Amino acid sequence: MPNKVPITINVNGRSHSAEVEPRTLLVHFLRETLNLTGTKIGCDTSQCGACVVKLNGVTVKSCTAFAVQADGAEVVTIEGLAQNGNLTAVQEAFWNNHGLQCGYCTAGMIISVTEIIERNPNPSPEEVRAGLEGNMCRCTGYNNIVKAALAAAAAGQGG
Amino acid sequence: MFAAEFEYRKAGSIAEAVQLLADNPDAKLLAGGHSLIPLMRFRLARPELLIDIGGIANLRGITVSGDTINIGALTTHAEIAASAEVQQANGLLAEAAGGIGDPAVRNRGTIGGNLAHADPASDWATVLTALGATVSAQGPSGSRTIAVADLIEDAFATALAENELIATVSVPTLAANQRAEYAKMAHPASFYAVVGGAVVVTMDGDRCTAASVAVGGLTPRPVKAPSVEQALAGTTLTMDSIADATARLSDDLSAAGVDIIGDVYASADFRASVAPVEVKHALLHAIGLAHH
Amino acid sequence: MTTRIFGSGIRRREDPRLITGQAAYTDDIKLTGMVHAAILRSPHAHARITGINTDAAKAAPGVLAVYTGADIEGVLNPIPCAWAIPDSDLKAVAYPAIASDTVRYVGDAVAVVVAENRYQAEDALELIEVDYSPLPTVINPEKSLDAVSKKKQEDAPNNQAFHWVAAGGDTDAAFADAAITVSETINQQKLIPNPMETRSAIASWSPAMGELTIWNTTQNPHIARFVTCLVTGVAEHKIRVIAPEVGGGFGAKIAVYPWEMITAFCSMQLGVPVKWTETRTENYMATTHGRDHVEYVEMAANADGKVTAVRSVVYAGMGAYLSTAAPGIPTILHGLMYSGPYDIANIKADVYGVFTNSTPVEAYRGAGRPEATFLLERLMDKVGDAVGIDSVEVRRRNLIEPFDNNRDVAIGITYDSGNYSNALDQLLGHVGYDQFRNDQAHERDHGTFRGIGVACYCEICGLGPSQVAGAVGFGGGLWESATVRIYATGKVNVFIGTSPHGQGEETTFAQIVADEIGVDVDDVEVVHGDTDTTPMGWGTYGSRTTVVGGAAVALTMRKLRDKAKVIAAHLLEADEADIEYADGQFFVRGAPDRAQSIQDVALQANVAWNLPEGIEPGMEASTYYDPPNFSYPFGAHAAIVSIDPDNGHITLDRYVAVDDCGPQINPMVVEGQVHGGVVQGAGQALWEGAVYDDNGQLLTGSMMDYAIPRAHMVPDIEVHSTVTPSPHNPLGVKGIGETGTIASTAAIYSAVMDALKPMGIGSLDMPLTPERVWRAIQESGYTGNGHSHNHGHDHGHGHQH
Repeated sequence: MPNKVPITINVNGRSHSAEVEPRTLLVHFLRETLNLTGTKIGCDTSQCGACVVKLNGVTVKSCTAFAVQADGAEVVTIEGLAQNGNLTAVQEAFWNNHGLQCGYCTAGMIISVTEIIERNPNPSPEEVRAGLEGNMCRCTGYNNIVKAALAAAAAGQGG
Repeated sequence: MFAAEFEYRKAGSIAEAVQLLADNPDAKLLAGGHSLIPLMRFRLARPELLIDIGGIANLRGITVSGDTINIGALTTHAEIAASAEVQQANGLLAEAAGGIGDPAVRNRGTIGGNLAHADPASDWATVLTALGATVSAQGPSGSRTIAVADLIEDAFATALAENELIATVSVPTLAANQRAEYAKMAHPASFYAVVGGAVVVTMDGDRCTAASVAVGGLTPRPVKAPSVEQALAGTTLTMDSIADATARLSDDLSAAGVDIIGDVYASADFRASVAPVEVKHALLHAIGLAHH
Repeated sequence: MTTRIFGSGIRRREDPRLITGQAAYTDDIKLTGMVHAAILRSPHAHARITGINTDAAKAAPGVLAVYTGADIEGVLNPIPCAWAIPDSDLKAVAYPAIASDTVRYVGDAVAVVVAENRYQAEDALELIEVDYSPLPTVINPEKSLDAVSKKKQEDAPNNQAFHWVAAGGDTDAAFADAAITVSETINQQKLIPNPMETRSAIASWSPAMGELTIWNTTQNPHIARFVTCLVTGVAEHKIRVIAPEVGGGFGAKIAVYPWEMITAFCSMQLGVPVKWTETRTENYMATTHGRDHVEYVEMAANADGKVTAVRSVVYAGMGAYLSTAAPGIPTILHGLMYSGPYDIANIKADVYGVFTNSTPVEAYRGAGRPEATFLLERLMDKVGDAVGIDSVEVRRRNLIEPFDNNRDVAIGITYDSGNYSNALDQLLGHVGYDQFRNDQAHERDHGTFRGIGVACYCEICGLGPSQVAGAVGFGGGLWESATVRIYATGKVNVFIGTSPHGQGEETTFAQIVADEIGVDVDDVEVVHGDTDTTPMGWGTYGSRTTVVGGAAVALTMRKLRDKAKVIAAHLLEADEADIEYADGQFFVRGAPDRAQSIQDVALQANVAWNLPEGIEPGMEASTYYDPPNFSYPFGAHAAIVSIDPDNGHITLDRYVAVDDCGPQINPMVVEGQVHGGVVQGAGQALWEGAVYDDNGQLLTGSMMDYAIPRAHMVPDIEVHSTVTPSPHNPLGVKGIGETGTIASTAAIYSAVMDALKPMGIGSLDMPLTPERVWRAIQESGYTGNGHSHNHGHDHGHGHQH
């Protein structure tokens, strides 16, 4: 049996150390070891984006990274967005605009939209859609997700 | 979707990675992981050892010196797409990088890993072939330069020795009178290129003085199109001359002696037939005859 | 009076847990001592199992047990089918949870491993040795029926699962007399539903209590409990099924599957909780698919385009076994809707249910009605072409006149209310139909190919009267129940039998409650999805939750209001007849300032210190609501597409929907249902399809191959509505969950064929891939003018071009 590997990952501002099998996916480490189950597994093949988290400041598909690769890194998951119960502008916009139905894709969607707006504070609808090409939703037809993203961007601009 | 067991080693330097490769014939390099990890999760790849090169700092980064852009193998597609230097020196590089996969994939996937994987549907292989890019391969006895056109030998097969890794990708800058574009028909599920056509044209007014054309996606490795290039060179580029030139692509595909890929989504016949269309679209965009 | 809460697009009350990652879906749940199951699935579409050796797997690290078909024999009963269509010669073949002698599709269970963790379970699967002797395979439903020599389902000679005919009028005579007849062959390709959450179950057996608890990603926990009882032999009152947060269903979570029965079996054998969760690849093999019809359809019309008859012969693939509700889909939910919104005097549906060596077929969003709408709309277009009138005009000539209370149609059902021409008129105005036709004529001269497609639909929802359910062979009722409890503090719990999973009824049902009894919507909590805490209900599918379950809630509130009125009269020392109710206040007529609020009354009812004679303590009531009829939502949708003739690429440029689901409780939720439904239907038209090779291997076996619409592939969906209340529903509501899917496939397909009209292209199979379109253009002899600027590349990347 292969040696377990010691890793330390900062998740949502807290440092976690563990010994993991090298084959443990980052998403499994988050869900099974840390019990942060807000990050979902949808496709297993890096298409759907349900597992998107931030790794060292950029979005990644946590089903396509081994936990050992995140040793020493900073990870932010959906659980780490709202601070002291205050929703982020993106979370608030998803709520206000019915940007979710079953909620399964929502964690990945919110984190991806957050990055879209960080990179482009005033995106067009087309830019939002292009930015979401790696996130699947089967419920909303994307309409209200795009609307939520635009609303969050507008909120960030002060109005 | 649970990988088989493997040993894991983190390489601190290129030399260490090369040594580990030499010592472990069943080892694989792990960079961004976007090519390898899905295969491992299907248990279609089951290396005994993964050598993580992700922490080797000097495999990362972009520098432009003279008429060459040097890109560290671990540079992500997103970093290339967002690089002001790259956008300035070779807009096609940035544009192609920004069209690979999706944002999260681009944040993680690397140019070196993409080339080493040699997927026939790789955008990089086609684009870098048309651009005349080279890679620097590091092995136990030093480094050697390989043209990307020679690096990709077949589907998932490269000219790299078992104990070599790609350290740098070097791409010529574009001159002021050069235009370069890439057009692809993307698979609607995977976004991989069903057919991709990359062009670089050197212009004197509206006359093309030289052209470099490559197609990919439909062939196991990118195919250069000398017949199309020759037809373009010395020609004033118009709708008609472009259509005439791209019609010769079938000669180049025949001459290359490669099989045309066909699958459940797009047959070989269809791919071969629309390859000239993609090249045409790239050319029209390059000279500003197409609108978005 | 303030804005009425019924009809307000308030934001959803379920969302806070979903946008913060706090919601618990089945795979998010961990129980103490829980172990993990992984299922070994047949790699063959049809084969005899000639040997199986599990010794190495049993000895693998972490493995607790390995079970095969032999182990479940006599312990787990076969999986039953719950919809036995009468008078159809239906053959219910044995559907074992684990195959012991024959596997019938790629994905059939052969063995299960239970291990301490999932990685170990997967490792051990590789160590099980199975010897197979392959048998002939059939995938196409029509060919399967023909393949007598390839007899597959031994209990069903000729692979025929059933044969069902429904007719009204004299179809043969109408065709014989017709001035015009048109026909079409339609392949309703097999679709993979793809809820974002794959299926998952956790079973926990308590040996001491003899109780089985199953957390199950299901649309219908009460049906799941009923069937679990039949399969496991555990008595119904000793089984608790919990549907926690459920990540989409679309029909794929209706069926009661072998997999959760296997999970339960493992827990009962080992005495510890067992979790099983599908991978996506496993989901594509093992979770039910949709559609899969081969249809031969015909329409007869007068010379002016008035349709006189429609008939079909349909070969409906059932897959390898009959899934829970499968036989009802191509029959009751399909054949009975052949009139659509049209006045057609003679109708005949002739449907064969056929076994194939592929994943079982079940309801998939729309379930039978998209197929019915598609064939009607396709044939309408063809009648229009044959007569030489515009596709909208031919529809207009055939729409049923407006009616507000019951209209019989020839196939033998009664629509509740409809104003179909109004929906069509609204649509044409919103989309700018006439302007588009003018523009299109000019564009065609310049080598640009755009098309418009209009689909009118009427569908059957709100399933349904239980007596009818029984008469058509459904193995249960179709009523719904609600229990509402108002506490001493004035807060309200609503316990419902249906089981929403994304449709927003935690909000919309709270709006019903708030509207009926004047409490704040935030004072209402809707409880669902747990058979131990909720009253019986038949689940969420067929756009029935709000129509039937919502009606049960409304009627319950009216009972509570009546009781409150009696108590209020007592407290106000007035005669009940003099008590008025408004906005949560009870008062003597003319004296609203001396009111008793519903909260005041609830407190008194709960403490019972001073109740009128004969009035029981408590503020709780229940309703079991059995609807007198189905509901029939309707509407008209339009799609506009453009096509690049160079490479066959289609761009969906615009989509406009007009739907009528009756009064809308929450317009924001209604619109969301339409958006999602439309895009799913677009998926069938343009991108989606399960493709098998001749050996029954699924070639579109992952999300890398099976193309689901993404954000950049679809436009903004423009949503409008008309309001025609259902006369028989207490809220007037009709249902909205499936309308988008029912109309959009037909509208988009029609738009594509309209764009291709100059090339004279007759018909194409779905999905309309670039290659299919390009090939048709090539074969049409169209050469173009070489100057097309219409570079519609999808490329997935707007910035690529």
